[in-house]
Amino acid sequence: MAKVLMKGNEAIAEAAILAGCRHYFGYPITPQTEIAAYMAKRMPKIGGVFLQAESEISAINMVYGVAGAGLRVMTSSSSPGISLKSEGLSYLAGSDLPALVVNVQRGGPGLGGIQPSQSDYFQATRGGGHGDYHMLVYAPASVQEMADLTVLGFEKADEYRMTSMILADGTMGQMMEPVELPSGETRTFPKPWALTGTECKRPHNIVNSLFLKPEKLEEENFKRYERYAKIEETEAMYESYLMEDAEYCVVAFGIASRVAKNAVNEARANGMRVGMIRPITLWPFPKRAFAEAAKTVKAFLSVELSMGQMIEDIELAIRCARPVSLCNRAGGMIPTPEEVYAKIEAMVKGE
Amino acid sequence: MKTTNLLIAGFGGQGVLFAGKFLAYKGLLEGKQLSWLPSYGPEMRGGTANCSVIISDEPVGSPIVSNPDVLMVMNLPSLDKYEDATVAGGKIFVDSTLIERKVERTDVDAYYIPATRLAKDAGFPTLANMIMVGKLIKETGMVSFDGIRDALSKVVSAKHADLLEINLKAIETGYNYAE
Repeated sequence: MAKVLMKGNEAIAEAAILAGCRHYFGYPITPQTEIAAYMAKRMPKIGGVFLQAESEISAINMVYGVAGAGLRVMTSSSSPGISLKSEGLSYLAGSDLPALVVNVQRGGPGLGGIQPSQSDYFQATRGGGHGDYHMLVYAPASVQEMADLTVLGFEKADEYRMTSMILADGTMGQMMEPVELPSGETRTFPKPWALTGTECKRPHNIVNSLFLKPEKLEEENFKRYERYAKIEETEAMYESYLMEDAEYCVVAFGIASRVAKNAVNEARANGMRVGMIRPITLWPFPKRAFAEAAKTVKAFLSVELSMGQMIEDIELAIRCARPVSLCNRAGGMIPTPEEVYAKIEAMVKGE
Repeated sequence: MKTTNLLIAGFGGQGVLFAGKFLAYKGLLEGKQLSWLPSYGPEMRGGTANCSVIISDEPVGSPIVSNPDVLMVMNLPSLDKYEDATVAGGKIFVDSTLIERKVERTDVDAYYIPATRLAKDAGFPTLANMIMVGKLIKETGMVSFDGIRDALSKVVSAKHADLLEINLKAIETGYNYAE
């Protein structure tokens, strides 16, 4: 298929439709509103549902309803809106329901600002709401990945009966790049647990997250974590860039990895043996890639649009075997390639 | 490897984002790698608007242009803000109807196009942006002049075929403009 030029937000919306999503519930917030606008235009034409809810909380509970009926469903928002949705995310997890949630992050905390940020890393990778649970967290670094990971997110959500989150940022949402849209072929999974009507032919299905007997609730948690263990084993994704002979490793995801790549190329041009690992899934975190890298590289540099959140996962993944330094901006600011380069140079000099 | 980092800046409503979008589509049709990134948010409402466009033979890294090779400005605050950020040897395109001062840098090439006046005289007063684009294509070669109609048809909807013709004319006006 020929490439088209699309904003990241629009690519997510079109990819969701191609993945068979016909239910979108949302509430407008910058910088993700193009997703809702796109759905508002397209859904009525293809027999789908676009509904602007009265609040984020309402929207995520509509998602819960459609997910319970076994259909592909999504919502999208930006940081403060995701905080509002967090109760619903926990309920989805407690009921083992598949859904796709998009967070096009902006600066925080609080109402914060509207410029790009990655400071919801902890919130996303630790689940967001209350209780023991995880979401699959995908971090696209191009408009192409915005589309591709949306389709994958729906598939994996169905496969594991859990929420997939696309964790993007304002830049990824607003920028346009050539994108080859997904084919529309998508893996589906049987959903015998869904509330589709028994027609008096089978026992009732129950979708619920309330378990008053602690023995039963513990069992549910244990079962869920068996699935999570399998996911950590098989679903981690990352891109390895110039790592074959690297003595130093830059780590960045999303927009930060785009900036960092410029700096890595510049460092290579100046004779520094630097590579980059770009996590594509933030949960599961690609721990093995880092453990492997720690055997050969001398130090790591985490480049983030936050006060340093992913840096904790890097240190855990390498069991603090190597020093990990931080290059960061916050509040909606983005480091320049020169700022990243200066930190690389300092790392190489052992400062 | 050839990469052009372009920054277009002006007031909201001058068609700054549209001009960038046209160039991005032109790059796409030429099989180039590219990115287009707008400023977004409250600054768009009557304030300054800008967009970063990168067109390259190689995959694009950061889509943010903070040091443009090519700067196109359509108001004075934008020239004040971005003149010093332009790389040495770069090119600055100035709408000289709206910006009275000259470029102070001596290590860049400056082009002055009275685009807003030319657009008004030609009967398409809202297309100063595309006159600027025409001159920019002529002097930078970041995209080719051939096939601009195809690229325009991607950004001007089929419902507005008349707009396509005047956009085409505006680009030609800029392309053929000699100071």
